Amino acid sequence: MDNLLNKLNPIKNIYISVIVPILAIFTALILSSVVIILSGSNPLLAYLALAEGAFGNLNNWIETILKTTPLIIGGLGVALAFRGGLFNIGVEGQIFVGSIASVIIGTTLKAPAIIHIPLTLLAGVIAGAVWAAIPGYLKAKFGAHEVITTIMTNYIATRIITWSIGMNGPLRKTTSFVPETNSLLETARLPIMISDTRLHIGIVIALILAIVVYILLFRTTLGIEIRTVGLNITAAKYCGIKVNRNIVLTMAISGGLAGLAGAIQVMGLPPYNFTAGFNVGYGFDSLAVAVLGNINPIGVVFSAFLFGAMDSGARLMQLRAKVPVDMITILQGLILMFVAANQIIRGIYRIQIQDKKADKVNLSQGWGGGSK
Amino acid sequence: MEINLIIGLSTLAIIKAAPLVFGALCGLLGERSGVINIGIEGMMLISAFTTFLGSALFNQWTGGIFPTNLSLLVGLFCGITSGALIAALHAVLSIHYKIDQVISGTVINLLAVGLTNYIANVYIDPTHLSGVGVFPTIPIPILSDIPIIGPILFSHQPMIYLMFIMVIFMQYLVFHTPMGLRMRSVGEHPRSADTVGIDVNKTRYVNVILGGVFAGLGGAIMVLESVGRFQKLMTSGRGFIALAALIFGGWTSTGALGSALLFGFSEALGVRLQFGDLNHVKVIVIVSGLVILGLGIFLLIKKIIEKEISIKKFISISILIVLGSIIMIGSNYVKFPTFSIPIEFLGLLPYLLTIFVLAGFVRRAKGPAAAGIPYEKQ
Repeated sequence: MDNLLNKLNPIKNIYISVIVPILAIFTALILSSVVIILSGSNPLLAYLALAEGAFGNLNNWIETILKTTPLIIGGLGVALAFRGGLFNIGVEGQIFVGSIASVIIGTTLKAPAIIHIPLTLLAGVIAGAVWAAIPGYLKAKFGAHEVITTIMTNYIATRIITWSIGMNGPLRKTTSFVPETNSLLETARLPIMISDTRLHIGIVIALILAIVVYILLFRTTLGIEIRTVGLNITAAKYCGIKVNRNIVLTMAISGGLAGLAGAIQVMGLPPYNFTAGFNVGYGFDSLAVAVLGNINPIGVVFSAFLFGAMDSGARLMQLRAKVPVDMITILQGLILMFVAANQIIRGIYRIQIQDKKADKVNLSQGWGGGSK
Repeated sequence: MEINLIIGLSTLAIIKAAPLVFGALCGLLGERSGVINIGIEGMMLISAFTTFLGSALFNQWTGGIFPTNLSLLVGLFCGITSGALIAALHAVLSIHYKIDQVISGTVINLLAVGLTNYIANVYIDPTHLSGVGVFPTIPIPILSDIPIIGPILFSHQPMIYLMFIMVIFMQYLVFHTPMGLRMRSVGEHPRSADTVGIDVNKTRYVNVILGGVFAGLGGAIMVLESVGRFQKLMTSGRGFIALAALIFGGWTSTGALGSALLFGFSEALGVRLQFGDLNHVKVIVIVSGLVILGLGIFLLIKKIIEKEISIKKFISISILIVLGSIIMIGSNYVKFPTFSIPIEFLGLLPYLLTIFVLAGFVRRAKGPAAAGIPYEKQ
């Protein structure tokens, strides 16, 4: 009998790790509907419009997939950093920096597509990686907590980029009345998968990356090192892991992924350029995506899909039910809260499991205290 | 001319520092008792929002029969209350449910952005709800007549005075009262605090919620003493800069005041330069002269107090002071090229300073040892 129970345990664990997020989402939807009712709209109408906007027809599906793509890649970046004990809030800025870098390469370089596309992608990766490595270095070398420094690098990136595409900025499209850059050359744009639609190959890249990050984290030495540093810095030091180098590297990979997400956005979607208000919010959504996905690369794919669907359905929700798109941010905050504090969910729905303590990453380490 | 410029900048620096100081006091209370608060930004945003909504709606519903200041006070009350309520959420999540305090703070920041934008879109924008105004400037009699110091320190709106009082009060509370001793012991070593009969979690609850009151003040002051109305995302990172000020100030309230003033000064400089009537190059030269001079005087006083002064050090410090003075006086006689720095770059100053401060000082400052760790009773 005990044997059978032991055999069933993994199944039960998977069941729990799926059922808790689903119930968290459900509870968040119920709580948000209170807000919707208070603002004088019908939550049922809103949620139906949300669902239709996300999955109503082929074009809606495609939009959902297009919104999912950067969330998968950004979410992978956040999740990887989480595993290494780092809370990379700078994904937003890293996406911006990555997309600007690929705009620069994509608009200026003259090359056949087979060379131009990889180079433009690479520009995004490198820019994001370098931008993220700065907070990583500051943490490793000086102990500056990455939560604050990455938020500051976000503001700095935003300001510099706003300047560069603003009046008389170096990247400003001279003939345009709004702040935007020139469009990428034809040779730097991502190929379309289904003709006459917007569906580009970004989603394939994202799914491959999810597998790559999974293998990197759980099947390579580097992955073990990253996770050891995340779980216990002191132990990592005693194991002979170069903790400081590891922190910078983790941040760089995380930022590289974010930069790639930015590159794919400019390379994949018309008008193939960087405009004011470009893709705002993907960085912060990526945080929630990573936590909801249980900081597991495969989980990230599913939670990114959920968030992508919400993002793509939001416009129809606003149109039909007069519920502003900001509702999605509230929903995401609530989902994050219930997933993180899953005792609330388990309390409400009477789910009984033992806590798995072993896999906990302490994000507040290195705050001045706390790290011992 | 420079003296007026410096008086103007210093006054503005104090005004810009005030929200940071309140935010830092919020962080101080939490972290001294062992709870990290990344959500100060969100708490301040929500408080700014409710402050505006409270004052504007009170004024609207009563038909404006009460004086403006009463509406503003109602707004202040709303801001403080909502700050405390959001802090209570943070307390429950991080103390009762023991979720990672960094995540709990992020949840609060997300909810704050979502809720305030949402309600601003469905209610404030369509109804064109307008603000009631701001608190008047109340110069303190006699003191405000003192040259230089008077206009800088004693000619402000009321919440600025409140800020100074609160800084002194908190310094006393945290370091000179039994309550302060209890909260610090909970933040440093909760297990021993528990052993001597201090209720660890209760202390943390009280501190975090009290901290929320300060975050509320920080949000309220942005509405009540500057713009007079709510703007979406108006905190723009001040909650995080407040945390940096707290760390830079070595987890003391007077230290936080000092570092917040530094941030405030950098922000004031950015704001002042945008008016365009000043020669950017000249102002930057004057300010760097001021910084060098200030650094020299600071080091001199510090070395004298620590009695570590040697001839060699004295000479190098004197060089700093002389250099600073020469730059400041000399700038009067030099014709500077006119060169305008883009506004976006001027706005970067506080953010860059935050990074430098964190990189330069966090290792040297020592935070409460148990910050960030939920307490498990044995």
